[in-house]
Amino acid sequence: MSAAAMPDWIALPAALLLIAGGLLALIGSLGLLRLDSFYARIHAPTMGNTLGAGCVLIASMLTSSAAAGRPVIHELLITLFLLITSPVTTMLLMRAALFRGEGSGGGGGGGNARAGKSPVADDSLV
Amino acid sequence: MSAFLDWAVHFALACFATGMLCAAIRLMRGPAAQDRILAFDALYINGMLSILMLGIGIGSAIYFDIALLIALFGFVGSAAMAKFLLRGEVIEP
Amino acid sequence: MTRKFPLMEALLLLMWLLVNESLAPHQWLLGLLFAVLVSRLARTLRPLAARPRRLGTALLLCWHVLCDVIRSNLAVGQIILGTVRQQPKVGFLKIPLALRDPHGLAALSIIITATPGTVFAHHDPRENVLTLHVLDLQDEATWLRVITQRYERPLMEIFE
Repeated sequence: MSAAAMPDWIALPAALLLIAGGLLALIGSLGLLRLDSFYARIHAPTMGNTLGAGCVLIASMLTSSAAAGRPVIHELLITLFLLITSPVTTMLLMRAALFRGEGSGGGGGGGNARAGKSPVADDSLV
Repeated sequence: MSAFLDWAVHFALACFATGMLCAAIRLMRGPAAQDRILAFDALYINGMLSILMLGIGIGSAIYFDIALLIALFGFVGSAAMAKFLLRGEVIEP
Repeated sequence: MTRKFPLMEALLLLMWLLVNESLAPHQWLLGLLFAVLVSRLARTLRPLAARPRRLGTALLLCWHVLCDVIRSNLAVGQIILGTVRQQPKVGFLKIPLALRDPHGLAALSIIITATPGTVFAHHDPRENVLTLHVLDLQDEATWLRVITQRYERPLMEIFE
């Protein structure tokens, strides 16, 4: 491992950020299994996508800057890209779920959505 | 101290691998199609993060480009599939 | 539409320099060419241009969003790991908005969805009502206040 020559003041925050990011992504993915309706599950991976990925990317910036001996900040690109795109996918999936109905996944979710008018306006779907 | 960083890299790798396993189980079990796409989304992001972990552990810059490409193509794929569920076609006239 | 500062060109140039990781003169030149061409192309695809103002308000909003993302990450984590195997009270929440600008609405939907625990579900353009899906719908009044006071008002200042 090339982490041998890393100074402490970079290695310690990077390690803590890595542990935090790993735990956040793990809990987010665990939520995919533990929560029992689609509408509850859609919230779980957002944890890993936003803060988990952010922690890991900051740690990657720190260590690669220390390894290269100059500031390396191109991980910012991945961070910004994820920050913009992962909500878009989530929103599209939410609209798709509202449009298709919850399928055979358990109840609990769209109770008050189905009562009366669905939150999906029909004019946008024609 | 770098031993601690080394340990943290392995710990995070284990976390992401477990996360990928959870997402894969949901991908296979999944009752509705949107569950599978949600699981696929979580799967590729965890995969991208573990590639970055390998980059930190080995200390090579080439992994950044791989991670960027996984993020780009994963987004295109899952957005196209979600769009397909929503409208029945991906590129509309 | 004449603008004082070419924001899209500047961002594209910054992206080019970040991808190439160099500040050499030929990279500046290529990046400038790329930025001008791509933003021309993007303008023909979408003529409607956003005119954000008030950088200070935007930075303050970013800071608030970061704090809220961290806080709600912890909250959602506690719900997922909850020792009592009790499913959270999920539900939809309707919020009437005053914000009309399409770019402001796009930014609001990104902010809402990027915060764990809330997902943007629908926006009704006629009545200007936003529908959210909330994972932990304990008190609707708090969510309503957070969305309108903390996010919507700065976005109105920035975009309108």
